[in-house]
Amino acid sequence: MIFGRSERAKAPVEPVTLKILVAGGFGVGKTTLVGAVSEIRPLRTEELLTEAGRPVDDTSGVEGKHTTTVAMDFGRITLREDLVLYLFGTPGQERFWFMWDELSEGALGAVVLADTRRLEDCFAAVDYFERRSIPFLVGVNCFEGAARHPVESVRQALDLDDDVPLLLTDARDRESVKAVLVGLVQHAMEYAADRRGAVVR
Amino acid sequence: MSADGQGRNHWFDDEAGPVVRPYAMTRGRTTSEGQHRLDLIAVVVTEPDTGDPESDPTLSPEHVEIVGLCREVPQSVAELAAELDLPIGVVRVLIGDLVHAELVHVTRPVPPAELPDESILRDVINGLRAL
Repeated sequence: MIFGRSERAKAPVEPVTLKILVAGGFGVGKTTLVGAVSEIRPLRTEELLTEAGRPVDDTSGVEGKHTTTVAMDFGRITLREDLVLYLFGTPGQERFWFMWDELSEGALGAVVLADTRRLEDCFAAVDYFERRSIPFLVGVNCFEGAARHPVESVRQALDLDDDVPLLLTDARDRESVKAVLVGLVQHAMEYAADRRGAVVR
Repeated sequence: MSADGQGRNHWFDDEAGPVVRPYAMTRGRTTSEGQHRLDLIAVVVTEPDTGDPESDPTLSPEHVEIVGLCREVPQSVAELAAELDLPIGVVRVLIGDLVHAELVHVTRPVPPAELPDESILRDVINGLRAL
């Protein structure tokens, strides 16, 4: 290995980190999707929900009466030594949405994973990202045996804006998931360009 | 629980409420002073001149582990939480302590509301395609 001039190991590279959220209903394949492209087995982080877990700066921490654990699975893709992308599966239950606020801060965008057999499970996620102007696309996870609906009817059922991309995908398939992520980043770029344009005009 | 709460005497029996065990590691603190809430993808880097943290009696084994983990390869907050098998909130407090002691520093991700610039997004697309 080439380490430049220094005898000692030089300071480690401090990468730019980016994150993409993967949202959708329980059991729709979020962790599967993360695992399909992650270079590490999806890791699990947990947050304990007590008074301590609330996002407000509440110093009355640990004596909270209830504790619940919210788990999030995430994966990592090192694109370059100095550029690392993280994928976070969002906690599914609606009552944990304050966690989404924290997660979505600074996120590049979101993939909303939909299952046509339970399309309503992703309504909440679509709504969430629309309201917060976070660029997202919908990936319809084509489970084996799941009836394939025409893309247009799914789009209508979800009442998606025309500019929101909708792709058929297989959350287990690396190439398919890569295409979804590329699609999302392209969408985020256009989105950002539109917004910049709107400011300039 | 703030740091100054240690002196109060409501930590006994039921008065204490159900104790959230992992927070014992932070001596009950749920936030660390002067720290903006660390993003899950904020990266922790051990300062190059940090010596052997084990010789510092004020550090817990978890502190020492973080310093060690982030010495060779910087680690995100999320990765540290997963690696140490601790809740994110606990890890944030521990990192805050280490920042305060100037043993590590934290590089922040792209600030919210500022989308990363186009060249980075292009790099991401190219990087994904090349996977």
